[in-house]
Formats: sequence, C-alpha cells, structure tokens
Amino acid sequence: MWPDFRVAALVDKHFIPARVHVKEQADDYRRYAERYGASWTPTTLLIDPAGLERHRIEGFLPADEFLAQLHLGLGHLAFEAHRFDDAESHFEEVLRRFPDSDAAPEAQYWTGVAKYKASGDPKELGATVRALESSYGGSVWAKKASVWKR
Amino acid sequence: MEIAWRHDTDKALADAKANGKPVLLDFSAAPM
Repeated sequence: MWPDFRVAALVDKHFIPARVHVKEQADDYRRYAERYGASWTPTTLLIDPAGLERHRIEGFLPADEFLAQLHLGLGHLAFEAHRFDDAESHFEEVLRRFPDSDAAPEAQYWTGVAKYKASGDPKELGATVRALESSYGGSVWAKKASVWKR
Repeated sequence: MEIAWRHDTDKALADAKANGKPVLLDFSAAPM
C-alpha cells in the first residue's frame, strides 16, 4: 500500500507511522478502533503528540489526493498547536500543489483562518471569502465562509 | 522508499509524546 515515493517521503519526514491490521492484530484493532471510533478500513488518523486525533482520512484515495489530505492534516496539527504560520504553509501547499484536489477548498478556508489567527486582522477572512467564491464557489467551504462577507 | 511501519502502537504513541512528533495511525485490512 502507498507505493508512491512522495507519500512515503512525506510520512517519513513528519510522522511516526504505525499500522494496526484488522485480522493479524485483532486485539489491538478492537482497542484502538474503539478508542478512536474507527469502524472501517482503510482509515488513517493523524494524531498529535498528546494522543488526540487531529485529522481523519477514511477510504482509499489516489496518491495525489492522499498527499493533499496529509498536508491538510499537517496544517490542522500545526493549527491546533497554535503554530499558525506553520499551519498556513501546509494549507497553502495543498493549494499550490493540488489545487484541483477535494482537499483544496478546505485548505483555502483554513489558510484564511490561520492568517487571521496569526494577525488578528479580519480582512484576512474577507479575502478568504473572495478566494473561495472565485476558485471553489460551489463548495461547502465557500458556504461556511460566506458568513464572513462584509 | 517504503514506509517503515511500526506495529506496536502503544510504543509509537509513547514515542510521539516523548519526542513531540505526531503519529500517522493506519487501520488496514490489506495483506501483510
């Protein structure tokens, strides 16, 4: 699984990778599936150093979509640790490298939120609404951001 | 390059806490 070199390199750089097999490690699977509410495979969780889930990928994805999700998750991990500049760079990586991925509208939304949290400037949210309407107008993330329109 | 999966998840989570590095936890049914 995940023979793509880019996926392996990104995982190696940023994560401690752990795998629980449903059948071969049935006891571990039951324990961790219950702990994290994971009832289907494949499910991939990005877990912060305190053991809290920060991002979830359920079901198979092609490599580019999976990479986009990993960067999105790295952004969420950084965001929840209040490393907003780091979060912004991961979200923008999704937009730069995978602008047509399903993760991109969410990354656009959180880019704006990270910028706002870092600067305190509400203009960042207004700019995010415009960017979402321009590039991902039909997405749920554009709808979520529409409340920021002034 | 392949992912160096660890199969002791308790230890992986403990190492994550000690080293401040996140864990990518994969639940799989694929052949091992």
